Amino acid sequence: MTPPRRSKAYWIAIALAAVALLVLPFLVKNYRVFQFNLVLIYAIAVLGLNILTGFNGQISLGHGAFYAIGAYAAAVLMDRAGMPYWATLPVAGLLCFALGYLMGFPALRLGGHYLALATFALALAVPQLLKYKKIEGLTGGVQGIVLAKPEPPFTFRFLDQPFNADRWLYFFTLAVAALMFVLAWNLLRGRIGRALIAIRDHPIAATAMGINLPVFKSMAFGVSAAFTGVAGALGAICVAFVSPDSFTVFLSITFLVGVVVGGLASIPGAIFGAIFIQFVPNIAGDISKSAPWAIYGIFLIGLMYAMPTGVMGMLGKLRGRWRPGAAPASSKG
Amino acid sequence: MDALLHQMFSGLANGCIYGSVALALVMIYQATHHINFAQGEMATFSTFIAWALMQAGWPYWVAFFATVAISFLGGLLVQRIILRPVEKAPVLTNVIVFIGLLVIFNSLAGWIFEHTIKAFPSPFPQKSVLATKFFTSHDVGSAAVMLCVLGLLYAFFRFTPIGLAMRAAAQNPDSARLVGIRVSWMLAVGWGLAAAIGAVAGMMVAPIVYLDPNMMSGILLYGFAAALLGGIDNPGGAVVGGFIVGVLENLLGAYVIGTELKLSVALVLIVGILTLKPDGLFGKQVVTRV
Repeated sequence: MTPPRRSKAYWIAIALAAVALLVLPFLVKNYRVFQFNLVLIYAIAVLGLNILTGFNGQISLGHGAFYAIGAYAAAVLMDRAGMPYWATLPVAGLLCFALGYLMGFPALRLGGHYLALATFALALAVPQLLKYKKIEGLTGGVQGIVLAKPEPPFTFRFLDQPFNADRWLYFFTLAVAALMFVLAWNLLRGRIGRALIAIRDHPIAATAMGINLPVFKSMAFGVSAAFTGVAGALGAICVAFVSPDSFTVFLSITFLVGVVVGGLASIPGAIFGAIFIQFVPNIAGDISKSAPWAIYGIFLIGLMYAMPTGVMGMLGKLRGRWRPGAAPASSKG
Repeated sequence: MDALLHQMFSGLANGCIYGSVALALVMIYQATHHINFAQGEMATFSTFIAWALMQAGWPYWVAFFATVAISFLGGLLVQRIILRPVEKAPVLTNVIVFIGLLVIFNSLAGWIFEHTIKAFPSPFPQKSVLATKFFTSHDVGSAAVMLCVLGLLYAFFRFTPIGLAMRAAAQNPDSARLVGIRVSWMLAVGWGLAAAIGAVAGMMVAPIVYLDPNMMSGILLYGFAAALLGGIDNPGGAVVGGFIVGVLENLLGAYVIGTELKLSVALVLIVGILTLKPDGLFGKQVVTRV
């Protein structure tokens, strides 16, 4: 498949978007920058889960666990071993890859709801394990670990805003997120991506075509966990604090919400999903102080009515309607 | 020995509760092949209704049956109004709608009835011949109520025309529709029944754990585990699964690893069992045609 030829307008749009992303942190207050950091981090995590759930069809309610492990790996390495913050990301990714790969083995035998339970158990067990007394020296127990935000290597003022720790982290996170998205895109558009989709759609036919099912499925779990682990490490660096109670089961559910809201099996969808899970709870809180989660739930259900296939599914449909001649959007890469 | 027996019996009592939540999950699973994540919060909400009725001066058993009836209607309406539009949507869309329901019910319960922890009365007298040093009369009573529910359900599905129609609708929706069964309504009745069972479970558990909006979150998980352990398509298995989970949880907590990690270990054990026996202990092995 040759890549579709892009028009000049397309490249101009890309360039404008890039400039907007670079200027954005200087247009808003510090707290907003922090929120954008979290959006980027959640986007990586949602992308990771999407590789597993969207592309490979394995449901996980336990990705909060990998996020927590990644976060703790970064925190422990920075706080106890004195590693520089950027060096913790690959370690967190590798650690989570290994754990995810191992988790992939029981997942081979469990389908659908049973897998959901197994991963849910993981999400529940990890915060408990982090509180466990025997490893308190490493993890800080219930108290968690407080980190220092990395200082920017140089400072300047732009648009009357200082280039401070949060803005530096914004660019750092943006770079990592861009790297992860390119990685995912490369991984999923080729042979491996096709194999994962084939396994999702028809495992028996996929095996018959010579796809090694156990290897691909557990690799998908590993890669997905690695993405989420990197996101977790970034999260620890940006929030500068980890504690077992910040990684509840609800975090795992939130990631799944992000995947479905953004659009299953869609790489750009992860961004929309991340924006939803970061900002909609705040908006709900502004609408009703007394029952914010009820408003959130109504948003969630309403969105599922309006776009049962997520934001990207909706966009694809709209594009098909406006340009009937064009082939349906192939966001599946 | 006494201590061991004590742990086992209190495990059985908890197991009853898990079993009844599992039963509610199995009901909805059988009808729709979905797992209702909002089951626990719906049960909690029902329990709050019972509490409000009792605050208004209704006697316990009147409030009990009124709550069961209200919950049945509520479940029916939730299915008709909220879930029907996504009946044909992908599974994960449904899961997200369930999560939406979960946060809505949880939040509404907190908003209407406040987050303070409330005591919920037990219908069974404190002192009775049934109470021994191993278990309270509430334990025995709730086990009896739960077995009654199971018996009634069995009779309902086995001997009534509507039960038969529901089984048909669950097993083969297309053929069932062809013989004139209103499949979509059968799903709604399934939801109603599940909500009613959940309400019973909620009212039985509330005297033990006290009533607050998050009362069921842990219990739902055990119920989920129990249902899967027993086999998600087998109501009897769900109850047995509940007992197993309850006893395991207590024994492991008391003797092996302490209460700190008891949730984790119980779950790891369940996942281990499932890995060896993927359809649950009493589940039907599903064979699909290629």
